[in-house]
Amino acid sequence: MHAVVAIKQVPDTSNVRIDPETGTLIREGVPAIVNPYDIHAVEAAVQLKERVGGGQVTVITMGPPKAAEALLECVEQGADRAILISDRKFGGADTLATSYVLARAIEVINAEQPVDIIFFGKQAIDGDTAQVGPGVATRLNIPLITYAVAIEEFDLAARRAVVHRRVEQGIEVLETTLPVLLTVEKEIAPVRHAPLPRLIAAARYQPEVWTATSPVPFDPQQIGLKGSPTVVGKAYTPAPRSGGDVLSVAELGLDAVVARAMAVIEQAHVRNLQPVTGVVS
Amino acid sequence: MNAEQPTIPRIWVFVEQQEHQVHSVSWELLGAAKRLSADLPGSVVEAVLPGHQVADLAPQAFQYGASRVYVIDNPVLEIYRNLPYAVAVSQLVAEYRPEIFLIGATTLGRDLAGSIATRVSTGLTADCTELSIDPANHILAATRPTFGGNLMATILCRRHRPQMATVRPRVLPMPEPVPDATGEVVNVPFDMREEDVPVKRLRLIRAEEQPNIEYADVIVAGGRGVGGPEGFALLQELADALGGMVAASRPVVDAGWMDASRQVGQTGKTVRPKLYIAAGISGAVQHRVGMSGADVILAINTDPNAPIFQIATMGIVGDLYEVIPALIRQVKGQSYDGQAHL
Ligand SMILES: Cc1cc2nc3c(=O)[nH]c(=O)nc-3n(C[C@H](O)[C@H](O)[C@H](O)COP(=O)(O)OP(=O)(O)OC[C@H]3O[C@@H](n4cnc5c(N)ncnc54)[C@H](O)[C@@H]3O)c2cc1C
Ligand SMILES: Nc1ncnc2c1ncn2[C@@H]1O[C@H](COP(=O)(O)O)[C@@H](O)[C@H]1O
Repeated sequence: MHAVVAIKQVPDTSNVRIDPETGTLIREGVPAIVNPYDIHAVEAAVQLKERVGGGQVTVITMGPPKAAEALLECVEQGADRAILISDRKFGGADTLATSYVLARAIEVINAEQPVDIIFFGKQAIDGDTAQVGPGVATRLNIPLITYAVAIEEFDLAARRAVVHRRVEQGIEVLETTLPVLLTVEKEIAPVRHAPLPRLIAAARYQPEVWTATSPVPFDPQQIGLKGSPTVVGKAYTPAPRSGGDVLSVAELGLDAVVARAMAVIEQAHVRNLQPVTGVVS
Repeated sequence: MNAEQPTIPRIWVFVEQQEHQVHSVSWELLGAAKRLSADLPGSVVEAVLPGHQVADLAPQAFQYGASRVYVIDNPVLEIYRNLPYAVAVSQLVAEYRPEIFLIGATTLGRDLAGSIATRVSTGLTADCTELSIDPANHILAATRPTFGGNLMATILCRRHRPQMATVRPRVLPMPEPVPDATGEVVNVPFDMREEDVPVKRLRLIRAEEQPNIEYADVIVAGGRGVGGPEGFALLQELADALGGMVAASRPVVDAGWMDASRQVGQTGKTVRPKLYIAAGISGAVQHRVGMSGADVILAINTDPNAPIFQIATMGIVGDLYEVIPALIRQVKGQSYDGQAHL
């Protein structure tokens, strides 16, 4: 079995702050983490490998040189091979350009060793687009199952799998041919602690680095800014909704504060709360 | 290629239906499309309706503002699956070349939109909260929160068409339907056989009465300050008295006090109720992005510096275990419980 997992290194958005003077993002000192959903994607691949009794898990990322750290974490988790796709020419990529690069890389990996399943996170927390996985599946022309929460069956010989996905009405159980691309929710696999020997092995591991031209060329028209139809027109901090009065129970007493609160609740025109004017039949 | 005036700027909305029920986000998007159309000279608002035996839903699309509905009918479209939907809609896009194409940022819509954008090789902006037409060059300005809601970015797609965007349910207002509006139905041929679809649905395990906080008019939300699962009974009592639902912040869900389907915020749901009562919620940005569209926000927090007060219509500095029982008494005193609403 050969699984490929696409992971992304993202800033920990809970620590992102805005410079009040310039209105820009302060990235200094913000820790970079493996996108939380992608950790579960790696775990799902490693657990599937164990379940079918062996195989290979390849992790890939497109990002700056620093993203190699994120790949090492995946190796600690049990990935066998890690590829960093990194080149200044890839910079400024939107989801269309990103999906091109990842799809092309997976094609190359597949030519070396056929791929049975591809895992993506449900979304990356820096942009929350959830578009790259569907884009890659479309480019590779293979089935896509988004929001996957469990793999019920995985039959390499019959080239089929049964996957559960979360939809608004509940859980949809789908049968698919292989290879398939899944984008996963956290439930797909709980993350386990890596055993010590694996940590030691990972510490010595060197990810492969692919550039825009080597070992295979990427189409310069489809990468980076050039390959990205969307541009950021402007970025700004959200206009704060201005708050109203803040009243203290300790200062004004409970009754006075609650009376004011009731007036505010009535402003909302909540149906249950219409004053009793007519006769209730 | 389509013979009729190819230069009409078409603003398209994807009508999402499952089991013959149209998702309300589709009508919200038709309302947005109407507003965009007013700023885009000569443009028309049209709807795309794929499915099986769904043509009878077209009149609803007219009522919400479409002048034309493209019905794509084929048994392979009966249940949503990525491939047949993506192929069918992408073919239609390639034929008519709309200027703008809006899709709901639902589970289905997000699965589909990225596939269509890739097939027709265009730009797609996810999860927008605001749409407008840039007056200078007549292109779509699609605004969305990024970096966990810390930053808003306006995304433009200058040269590729259509300009695609997904929008979350309940972020845009629901338009008033025009009861006697009519329009044109275009039946779009689509050939695909079941054998050509690699994914089959074996079954659907329906979630038992999944709470749908997204559509509640009143939400009483509790945070870590509620202190434990028992406290939510009190919140439920207030919600019941107001005819609303209980929701929660993320730590509450992480602690298992409430089901994940009730989480409000960046990684939960976006809500837009008439009244949002936040009890024991500090108001972190990831929470606020999910609820700042509420008409009225009432916040109760012991900490006078809690950020939630910055956006609350009214803030109460006090213990929720003191304030909420008092509110319950007042609300029960005022509401009437007969069925008649005059
Ligand atoms: C990537 C990411 C995504 C996230 N997504 C979400 C999301 O979708 N939704 C979400 O909610 N959070 C989300 N968070 C978490 C978010 O950053 C905050 O940690 C969270 O919203 C805080 O929840 P809280 O307000 O309930 O808890 P706290 O911040 O701990 O606040 C508790 C509040 O209760 C008050 N309090 C205590 N006792 C009482 C009392 N007796 N009466 C009244 N007030 C009292 C305290 O003063 C305090 O202000 C996300 C974080 C990250 C990193
Ligand atoms: N630069 C990247 N390199 C590798 N994988 C990525 C990259 N960007 C996105 N992904 C994958 O696509 C998923 C969805 O990302 P997004 O569409 O940006 O929300 C992530 O969870 C990753 O699995």
